[in-house]
Amino acid sequence: MNKFVFLIPLIPLIGFLINGLGRSVISKSFAGILGCGTVLVSFILSIILFLNVRNGHTGVEYLYNFISFESLHIPFAFQVDQLSVIFLLIITGVGFLIHIYSTAYMHGENPAAYARYFAYLNLFVFSMLLLVLGANYVIMFLGWEGVGLCSYLLIGYWFRNTEYNNAAKKAFVMNRIGDFGFLLAVFWMIRVFGTTDYVDVFAKASSAPVNVTVLTGITLLLLLGATGKSAQIPLYTWLPDAMAGPTPVSALIHAATMVTAGIYMIARSNILYTLAPTSQAIVAVVGLATAILAATIALKQNDIKKVLAYSTVSQLGYMFLGLGVGAYTASVFHVITHAFFKALLFLGAGSVIHAIPVILGGGQEQDIRTMGGLKKYMPVTHITFLLACLAIAGIPPFSGFFSKDEILISAYSRSPILYWIGLGGSLLTAFYMFRLYAMTFLGRYRGTAEQEHHLHESPPAMTMPLVILAILAVIGGFLGLPEIFAPDSNWLEHFLAPIFAGSEKISPAIPVAHNTEYILLAVTVVLVVICIVWAIGRFRNYSLKELEEKGLGKFLQNKWYVDELYDAIINRPLRAISGFLNSIVERSGIDGIVNGVGRFVNYSSRQLRLIQNGQVGAYILMMVVAVLFFFIIQLFLK
Amino acid sequence: MTINHYIFLSVALFCIGIVGVLTRRNAIVIFMSVELMLNAVNILLVAFSKMHYLAAKIINPATQAGIEGQLFVFFIMVVAAAEVSVGLAIIVMMYRNIHSVDVNFLNRLKH
Amino acid sequence: MGITQILFWFLTALVLGSALMVIFSKNPVHSVLWLIVTFFCISGHYILLNAQFLAIVNVIVYAGAIMVLFLFVVMLMNLNAETEPQKNKWLKFAGAIAGSCLLLVLVAALKDTDAMRQEVLMKTGDIGLIHNLGMVLFRDYLLPFEISSVLFLSAMVGTVVIGKKGD
Repeated sequence: MNKFVFLIPLIPLIGFLINGLGRSVISKSFAGILGCGTVLVSFILSIILFLNVRNGHTGVEYLYNFISFESLHIPFAFQVDQLSVIFLLIITGVGFLIHIYSTAYMHGENPAAYARYFAYLNLFVFSMLLLVLGANYVIMFLGWEGVGLCSYLLIGYWFRNTEYNNAAKKAFVMNRIGDFGFLLAVFWMIRVFGTTDYVDVFAKASSAPVNVTVLTGITLLLLLGATGKSAQIPLYTWLPDAMAGPTPVSALIHAATMVTAGIYMIARSNILYTLAPTSQAIVAVVGLATAILAATIALKQNDIKKVLAYSTVSQLGYMFLGLGVGAYTASVFHVITHAFFKALLFLGAGSVIHAIPVILGGGQEQDIRTMGGLKKYMPVTHITFLLACLAIAGIPPFSGFFSKDEILISAYSRSPILYWIGLGGSLLTAFYMFRLYAMTFLGRYRGTAEQEHHLHESPPAMTMPLVILAILAVIGGFLGLPEIFAPDSNWLEHFLAPIFAGSEKISPAIPVAHNTEYILLAVTVVLVVICIVWAIGRFRNYSLKELEEKGLGKFLQNKWYVDELYDAIINRPLRAISGFLNSIVERSGIDGIVNGVGRFVNYSSRQLRLIQNGQVGAYILMMVVAVLFFFIIQLFLK
Repeated sequence: MTINHYIFLSVALFCIGIVGVLTRRNAIVIFMSVELMLNAVNILLVAFSKMHYLAAKIINPATQAGIEGQLFVFFIMVVAAAEVSVGLAIIVMMYRNIHSVDVNFLNRLKH
Repeated sequence: MGITQILFWFLTALVLGSALMVIFSKNPVHSVLWLIVTFFCISGHYILLNAQFLAIVNVIVYAGAIMVLFLFVVMLMNLNAETEPQKNKWLKFAGAIAGSCLLLVLVAALKDTDAMRQEVLMKTGDIGLIHNLGMVLFRDYLLPFEISSVLFLSAMVGTVVIGKKGD
């Protein structure tokens, strides 16, 4: 029975309403319990649903007719199948852990702000569930907009800080550009197919001879939407700034769930992309370029969260690469493992930030140059963080190894160049992650003695999710064990096979010879280990006196000057045009007309008022003049 | 006489009435001007009545065509009599309240 | 030019002259008297048109009853003195101009109409006799006639209510 599926998004929505409307009256503990409890219920329901789906009970759950217009019918329906159920588990599962974590992390807030935080989180979970559950692109778009809104609200959660507000606005505007593409794609789809239901669209796209150019256009517009939401070139710059939000938010929204919406959408539309090879190639190129670009930037960042943010962008790039080379399963696999280890990394970073006392007059300490040696103060955080770093770097048998290598092997099967570039990126990943690890946990503490005195391990509500996520990050890879290790062991691929069957039929995966695969894996692991050792050796005894960056280092530290580039080619001309429109067209043109009309009416009314003098004689005179006037019109001016 | 003689007589009388209404301030004189206008219309009605009667009589000597015109004048006189009685009562009351029959004092429409 | 024409022109001149005297007399009492002259002349016109009943009714109702009411009110208010304050010169001028313009426009509009050449039956024709009018009035227009009595009743009630003191 999948009838209860509507409860899964509904329960967090109820939590949002209670927490949001009653935020000034409910206590902190109630808000926390409500926030976590609703997500927990959704998680349990998702597990039940998952078991149902595994027994083959998939389908579309129709709720009611959402939009009905002539021949266009958009039902409010939920898609219950293998892909959506996997995302449900990630969202509610990881979401629940992060909710638990948040109860401790956000404890310093006052009750109203605390309830507001949980209200936003619940709203986010609701929107995200709507996004993955929707059975057509319109419902997905509702969720898509909803998560964008929540992202904005949560980045700007500490709204008294102008910088944070700007970051929130930046995220919102960047997302809008993507949403614009998404919306156009939906309209185009309605024009071409007359429906937005996944089932019908995919059936019509693959059966009827649809123009490839049209499909390419639609998929490219969808890709624009995905680049906005999933922070790919050219719209990735919002994600690093989004680190202004509370750290659990970064973990939930900007690492584990929301940013994978683009991957979900492309995986969902896999058949369209398979039918439009040009778009697919562009997806691969965009993904790979983003992966490399973000990885190089991450090398030189000093803010603990910024490094993780660029690492997220880079990992998302890998997922796009996977989608682009047709390895949809591998991408979804990487989404899963990434959700585990990246959420873990963010929560670990949050734990570190939480542990270091605030310096008087300063904000939260996030600069890794002033950290170091936290290993002995925070053992749990340290161990879990290390496991996550190993997972993301791709050391077997941690989860990241399997998923990332599956993507790279698929890329190799399409073109070895993609593989080698991707490998370069994963080496960079290993390097910057262990640079981060070494500078944070190894060596000596570089902050003040006063701070050092207060360093402490985080409370259990924070470490418990860390431990659970660490376990998942370690064993998660066994969901999709490659064929070469054990025949028929790739559970995920079998599970998701029905979703990608259509694409598989049109462009079957090119198998790579097992020997080649062994060699590639071995090469990868060896190179990664070298990078790790180098990074630890280089940064374990990092000292504050290191020279300022020069040349390439400075270029990377300034993020390739992409923000400045956007500023120069988009913002400045736009501002100039706006300034011109404001000062010339608006002030003197439109305002002049509007105010002139107002002044004229005012003046003429003042004059006309004098006619209303209350004298009966004058009124009669006017009447006679009017009659005269009408006579003249009637009799002489026919 | 042709009908246009009567029409011009009637129009002239009517316009005299209008000029009276427009130029005088005394409410009673204004009222009398209104009566002049009413009578201008009455003359015209009777003249048209006789004009139609003549046109119809040539075809049928026993016709009574146009008699409604004269009946209408009768009803106009009825209404005029009623109107004068009420109008004069209003003027009397106005005189009682403001001790004048000058319509320019009646400018409450302004407020 | 027969006697009828002479009488027509004479009465027309008298009507217009006395009407002008009505509106230009300073003294309201004179206005009332000139108005009576006007009404008598109009009655003369009715006789020329052989509308004998209307001529008599006009004398009785207008020149008699209504004008007596006017006179009565004027005397009651003691307005025979030339106390009327002058109206705004400009407004007076404008009123006269507007009235003349209306006259001009109407005359100009009507002077070339075809129907203007039709003859009007003078002196003879029996539709204006009281017998014929009475037959039509009490046969075809009985209901309006009765309703006009209601109008009179309401006018009477209205007059009494308005004229009542101490409201």
